[in-house]
Amino acid sequence: MRSHFWNRSAALLAVAAMAACGGGDGGSSEAADDAGEATPAAAAVDPSTVGTISGMANFGGMVPTMEAIDMSAEAECAAGYGADGPMAQSVLVSEGGLANVFVYLSEGVSGAPAASGAATLDQVNCRYTPHVLGVQSGQDIEISNSDNLLHNINATPTENRGFNISQPRAGITSTQRFQVAEVMVPVRCDVHGWMQAYIGVVDHPYFAVTGADGSYSIANVPAGDYTLTAWHEEFGTQTANVTVTAGEMAVATFDYNAEMMGAEVPMGDALVLEHGTNRIRVERTQ
Amino acid sequence: MRVLRRGTLGTLGTLALGGFAILALSAAPPLSAQEDAAAAGKVVYDRWCAECHGETGQGDGSAAASMLPRPRDFTQALYQIRTTGSGQLPTDADIRFAIENGLPGTTMPGWPNLTDGEIDDLIVYLKSFSRFFGQGPAPEPLDFGSDPGGGPAAIEAGAAAYLTMLCEECHGLSGRGDGTSAPTLEDWRGLPIRAADLTEAWVLNGGSSVEDMHTRMLTGLDGTPMPSAIDAMNSGVVSPDEVWQLAHYLASLGPREMPPLREVIRVGRAEAGLPADGEEEAWAGVEAFYFPMSGQVVQLPRNFAPAVDGLWVQGLHDGSDIALRVQWNDPSNSPDPNWDEWQNKITAALDLDGAEPIALDSAGAPTARPPDAVLLQFPFEPPEGTDRPYFLMGDAREPVYLWTWDSETGVGAGRGRGLDSVEPLGEDPVTGEATWEEGRWTLYLRRSIEVESDGLDFAEGAPMPIAFQAWDGSSAEVGKRSSVSTWYYILLEPPASSTVVVTPLLAMLLTGAFGLVLVRRAQDRRRDG
Ligand code: HEC
Ligand code: HEC
Ligand SMILES: [Cu+2]
Repeated sequence: MRSHFWNRSAALLAVAAMAACGGGDGGSSEAADDAGEATPAAAAVDPSTVGTISGMANFGGMVPTMEAIDMSAEAECAAGYGADGPMAQSVLVSEGGLANVFVYLSEGVSGAPAASGAATLDQVNCRYTPHVLGVQSGQDIEISNSDNLLHNINATPTENRGFNISQPRAGITSTQRFQVAEVMVPVRCDVHGWMQAYIGVVDHPYFAVTGADGSYSIANVPAGDYTLTAWHEEFGTQTANVTVTAGEMAVATFDYNAEMMGAEVPMGDALVLEHGTNRIRVERTQ
Repeated sequence: MRVLRRGTLGTLGTLALGGFAILALSAAPPLSAQEDAAAAGKVVYDRWCAECHGETGQGDGSAAASMLPRPRDFTQALYQIRTTGSGQLPTDADIRFAIENGLPGTTMPGWPNLTDGEIDDLIVYLKSFSRFFGQGPAPEPLDFGSDPGGGPAAIEAGAAAYLTMLCEECHGLSGRGDGTSAPTLEDWRGLPIRAADLTEAWVLNGGSSVEDMHTRMLTGLDGTPMPSAIDAMNSGVVSPDEVWQLAHYLASLGPREMPPLREVIRVGRAEAGLPADGEEEAWAGVEAFYFPMSGQVVQLPRNFAPAVDGLWVQGLHDGSDIALRVQWNDPSNSPDPNWDEWQNKITAALDLDGAEPIALDSAGAPTARPPDAVLLQFPFEPPEGTDRPYFLMGDAREPVYLWTWDSETGVGAGRGRGLDSVEPLGEDPVTGEATWEEGRWTLYLRRSIEVESDGLDFAEGAPMPIAFQAWDGSSAEVGKRSSVSTWYYILLEPPASSTVVVTPLLAMLLTGAFGLVLVRRAQDRRRDG
């Protein structure tokens, strides 16, 4: 049972690491390659002191249907999608696994290697790739545009300074950083109202984003007791306690279902707009 | 009364501070210079700024809910007017610039009454609202390079850069804020925000000079959708010189200053006959008069965030007919379902003063899409002396004559006895039509100068009072939630000399200016609650 899971997770490790876009030294050797040199943190890891946390975001029951996105204003982007056209991405379920869950150690981490390598956020066919990105505080985030049209990247954190940069052509890259931990930083494009991404910023490299099949894996975690938090844009947060033993894999699974839709979703500092009455009430959800 | 309260508070504040200072001297170590300045800044702030920006700096003062854009929330330290990069903190000089000049186009006034020292203290106090200040090194201005110069070639290059940068996605090809994305734009609070009308440079938040606009393009306006173009420039999409040329192009889109206020629309005699519609070339040679509009804030429900901020009026006559052309900028050709979301957001965002908001159907679409509208009013009876009816569509005693137009029913006439009492005048001979193009309405009106059956008689050489009102349907402006002007005059120029009317005109000019003061004062008073 355990070893079965191990195999599956190992195979998915690369996927998870890619979803995290080379977040820190989250176990991805690709991130190190991207940076052009072995990351110091990765070099410093002593395999006899670290373990891995792996698991799934499982989705049970009826899967909510995603709304179609009207991209007719940007034919170039719309052409990038199949016959069904582009759909919203807020709940992506494949064979019982929920994608785009940001999983990170929220308690128990003492000291962490500095950020290394760059995370990447691309704009492809008027969508962000990835939709959910994890980064370490201070880590470079390279934001690029693969579409030959105008996007503006408007990040609205509350714990960090934001930015709003226009990229009117393919091939432009903007490098940005967030200095302190903040889960999550919303990112949007004002030109295309449907474009939305979330960046989870934590001050250590122990995070991952669930892949298309709902799996995740966080490698090189020092042995110890931790709280693991899973954040999803529709279902809010869940936590799990994990004990990491050196050289072994700890498993933490998160369960979701459609009834959890509309949960309170913590944002760095979410502004909840209440329509209904004449006034908009602005309040903090945290 | 208000002054009294302020005065009292101010004095109390000073007394309290004085007491504190004495205490500090006698017991604890002396306050640092920063704390001193912040304390002094608080006194000025509580007196002049808190009503809008809120006592705790969150932009939620007692007057805030009726404004769009809302007063800034200083706790997030999101400043639009900066010389620093996107997302960076402003320099002290940037904050000073905003306080001294205000943010044109918003309710944020300039503060010429404050001394340099008071502004210094205010800056310290504003910064103390946010934890972001004091972290890390002091913010540094960007390197803006130097202006290679303007002129026709630069403007042409700038126009090309505008398209290369795809500014039109938000600002529209014409620059009037009618881009494809315009109806969906939101500020950092999720409230609807207009893509600036670049043809009215005098209402740009950060100033109307070439340098101002160049700065805004490279820094972006934090907290709004207006992005920084700096990475596009650094990637070579446009060169640093082209960004300057783009600023020259923007500055060429319209007058930099608000057109000077003139009281009298001079309607010249068209020697070659009257233009048959609003599009005819002949209008290009006719002098245009600009009339600023302000929100109707005298009667409930009031409008503190008016959409139409001014009208351009031109007139010609041929001795028997008069033709007027009225033009104004409005990015939406209401009713237009593309602006539904905008209309809903405006309805939700503004304090409607008890007016019934437009209801939404089960799919979230508005159940009504009001039209755009404009109305011209004249005294019903020929005016005697400088006496004129009440500027808000007359009253029971002194009704007004109305020429009405809206985008659904077209041109008509009516008799007004106050804002909610209009009686259509079916048989009126006024005709006309309106066209909307790239964020601008052009309304053409025509009528015979003298009509037997009514009192409206534009005798040559006799100035006729005229006032305006306007609505943007997509901004949920209906009924009393309109833009209004005070009384002006329209004068049909006689063929010969016009010296005859100089003296009465002068007298009327004076009262006209007084009328405007009244509107402003009424507005201020209402705003003060
Ligand atoms: C009548 C309401 C009102 C009053 C009074 C007022 N403000 Fe403002 N202020 C605003 C509004 C509205 C904005 C935001 C405009 C926008 O977002 O475009 C603003 C914005 C600002 C900004 C931000 C500029 C930027 O770069 O974004 C500063 C600084 C400021 N006000 C300072 C002050 C100070 C200091 C005072 C008192 C001396 C004051 N304000 C009084 C309405 C007001
Ligand atoms: C994503 C939409 C968007 C794009 C793209 C955009 N703008 Fe803006 N722009 C805005 C909005 C919204 C405002 C109004 C901000 C406010 O009122 O505070 C604005 C304001 C401005 C202003 C007025 C600044 C001031 O002082 O008030 C200028 C000048 C300007 N834009 C120029 C440009 C130019 C030139 C481009 C192309 C390089 C451009 N904008 C691209 C949305 C956009
Ligand atoms: Cu986009």
